[in-house]
Amino acid sequence: MSIGSRWLVALAVLVSSQQALADINMPVGVTPISKEVYGLHMMIFWICCAIGAAVFGVMFYSMFKHRKSKGAKAADFHESTTVEIIWTAVPLFILIAMAIPAAKTLIAMEDTSDAEVTIKVTGYQWKWHYEYLDSGISFFSSLHPEHNAARQVGSGADVSQFENYLKEVDRELVLPVGKKVRFLHTSADVIHSWWVPALAVKKDAIPGFINENWALIEEPGVYRGKCTELCGRDHGFMPVVVRALPEDEYLAWVEENAPAPAITEADTAASQQVAAADEDADREWAMDELMAKGEGVYNTYCSSCHQANGEGLAGAFPAIAGSAIANGPHDAHISTVYVGVAGTAMASFAAQLSDVDMAAVLTYQRNAFGNTVGDTIQPSAIKALR
Amino acid sequence: MSAASAEHHDHDDHHGPAPGWTRWLYTTNHKDIGTLYLLFSLVMFFIGGGMALIIRAELFQPGLQMVDPLFFNSMTTMHALVMIFGVVMPAFVGLANWMIPMMIGGPDMALPRLNNWSFWIMPFAFLLLLSTLFMEGGGPAGGWTLYAPLSLQGGDSFAFVIFSIHFMGISSVMGSINIVATIFNMRAPGMSLMKMPLFVWTWLITAFLLIAVIPVLAGAVTMLLTDRYFGTSFFSAAGGGDPVMYQHIFWFFGHPEVYILILPAFGIISSIIPTFARKPLFGYASMVYATASIAFLSFIVWAHHMFTVGMPLAGEMFFMFATMMISVPTGVKVFNWIATMWRGSMTLETPMLFAVGFLVMFTIGGLSGLMLAITPADIQYHDTYFVVAHFHYVLVPGAIYSIMAATYYWMPKWTGNMYDEKWGKIHFWVSTIFLNVLFFPMHFVGLAGMPRRIPDYSMQFADWNAVASIGAFGFGFSQLIFVYVVLKCMRGGEKATDEVWEGADGLEWTVPSPAPYHTFETPPAIR
Repeated sequence: MSIGSRWLVALAVLVSSQQALADINMPVGVTPISKEVYGLHMMIFWICCAIGAAVFGVMFYSMFKHRKSKGAKAADFHESTTVEIIWTAVPLFILIAMAIPAAKTLIAMEDTSDAEVTIKVTGYQWKWHYEYLDSGISFFSSLHPEHNAARQVGSGADVSQFENYLKEVDRELVLPVGKKVRFLHTSADVIHSWWVPALAVKKDAIPGFINENWALIEEPGVYRGKCTELCGRDHGFMPVVVRALPEDEYLAWVEENAPAPAITEADTAASQQVAAADEDADREWAMDELMAKGEGVYNTYCSSCHQANGEGLAGAFPAIAGSAIANGPHDAHISTVYVGVAGTAMASFAAQLSDVDMAAVLTYQRNAFGNTVGDTIQPSAIKALR
Repeated sequence: MSAASAEHHDHDDHHGPAPGWTRWLYTTNHKDIGTLYLLFSLVMFFIGGGMALIIRAELFQPGLQMVDPLFFNSMTTMHALVMIFGVVMPAFVGLANWMIPMMIGGPDMALPRLNNWSFWIMPFAFLLLLSTLFMEGGGPAGGWTLYAPLSLQGGDSFAFVIFSIHFMGISSVMGSINIVATIFNMRAPGMSLMKMPLFVWTWLITAFLLIAVIPVLAGAVTMLLTDRYFGTSFFSAAGGGDPVMYQHIFWFFGHPEVYILILPAFGIISSIIPTFARKPLFGYASMVYATASIAFLSFIVWAHHMFTVGMPLAGEMFFMFATMMISVPTGVKVFNWIATMWRGSMTLETPMLFAVGFLVMFTIGGLSGLMLAITPADIQYHDTYFVVAHFHYVLVPGAIYSIMAATYYWMPKWTGNMYDEKWGKIHFWVSTIFLNVLFFPMHFVGLAGMPRRIPDYSMQFADWNAVASIGAFGFGFSQLIFVYVVLKCMRGGEKATDEVWEGADGLEWTVPSPAPYHTFETPPAIR
């Protein structure tokens, strides 16, 4: 008895601690759908517990009572149509009782009509690309560089020092509170899956197809998720971070980040920025400038496969060090990165890298890891391709 | 046929095993081949288990300490392929080889040479598969489901993986044809279908499932092969194909495969519980019908593995309802086993302990399976550790425990010696404790948001992952006890009686222990 009651106390302490619960149960979430899903989850959970208690109760009673060592004599019954009909029919009714609310929630989940904001989410190996179809904002979102450095094998970093280890990105997806947001999911390479538990949104991103989903976030906050479909080497390292802002703050964010219409407001700050970027692409870059920039780009975009030392992984990802392409003519080298290589994991980076970034990383590859071509590839050469 | 062999009784030349190692290479004897399958499965169990320990060692702490993520993915992929195709399936075929002819009163399998070939393909298929780990680019790393387009990336070891899957498939289909032919043709006169032990019934249905779905798998992986090497676009949208079509085809194989891995277990448990409850199996006929219903339903629920791929609402509804229906016949089975125990006269020797362990923990896995069937909730569970917990609960204390229960139950008949009861019980308790330490916390981290197939995770999952890893090493090393008990029993021990177990019922207990090289050359009389 006393041992039993001590366990009960321990269980009560465990259950009463919110943090402990958050670490072992599904989050309630912040959308009407996530709350319904949580309710369904708890309902089935308790039904399963009740079934388990009944089944195991009878079984363990029998195992204690009907033991040969206790002098139990075996009975001889071995069928009963009535009993068998009962235990076929009763579960059937329990199932129907579970299926009705589940079907209702499912219907609501699939209704993506009347959305006020639409975001196109594209999976890349191994980052996400977000495109606000209403305002034209678009950007990539990858694992935060500090986390990326810490997670490398042999980095020696104490990952427990990171507050949200592997759950921080370089650029968050910003969404409004109280508006129905529609997501369009697709992929540029393999299948990914975009999951934010607090929104109860999980949908596969499939190359060549577009899936739909939606969320109506009720509370401002930061909600973190992950890619949940195995998508290659760095599947575990492409987090999702959603920042939900009240509507006015969201609109201010959109205004700040939306690309300005180039002709009507040629003198706004944003278009000056674009013009500055253009100038950057047009001017002649020095070797050290390109090398310095290229190293950063390489570590963000290339090192997952080709490795930080440029040696690649034999058989899976070719080496850059000493490679015929990185030491060969410009055209083939540029085309490998700009167009990609069909039938391999080498994707096109035309959309992911700016003219300057691509020129920098190409130059870096030609002059690092023991490669000594000694020439530069200029941003203008990339710009000419676009 | 039985009558014919009775007439030619005077040829002693094929009455004992051939001397030397060629006995095992050339054997057409169902008992020898059964032993080969079981030993092969035991070896693969440790290879697949070693891979699991590499996975759990990396996951012991957050951060990447030991392996490259690509190698980690290759470990999860190979662990699954080895455990499914190299451990559970061969072990069940081994048990079928040993027991089905004896249970139905037949002299051997119907197609003995095919039987030899079915086995000897396996070691080569697995050498081919395991050799990919040492090739340039490493082994397959796209998950055991080999989803396109991910599986099409990577090195040329891919072709070897596909061919090894083809070989395993050929072996399985031949083995299944043999089992069907044996059950239909080799039964002793009077052994009507509805008198067959449940193990024979469940294997008959399993064999039909295998014959139906292995060719589907073969087709799917061949399409992958041509997509990779011959420029077809079955699964590439750019060429007019569809990556999701691969998943539909794969799971049309994959879901019946799940039942291939558990139906023979149902048969084993249905043999063991009546023996140790000293009471006939409750609801024999309903057990047969429940098995057949599960087999039928297994063909119409495949897309519940794919609730996040973006199916039409009607499709999601259908697969949700159909999946929920499976719990009805499965429930009938569990209730029948408990009714068999009810008012019996139970003893808890090692086989019964493993059977009870099966019953409890398989039911836990079944209940989490019911939770997974609820589509809206599955959207949250899908591809998280909750799923990993679920299928390990039905496969480890389900399929693997049933194989261990069967080994302890029939080993005295195979070797003529009793196994060491004390160490058998220790094996059960140590395994069961560590198994729950290993798999139960996976429910927690899965619900809290940890995806599966990741080599590194956030701090909030650290504690339970450390616990699970401790459980994994404990469970892994406690299987050495099993090896010890099996080897000890093979070498000697207390002599087993013919009946072995007090409450045992069935033809296999009417022949001497150890079972002679040839049994039932004259068919037994069936009551």
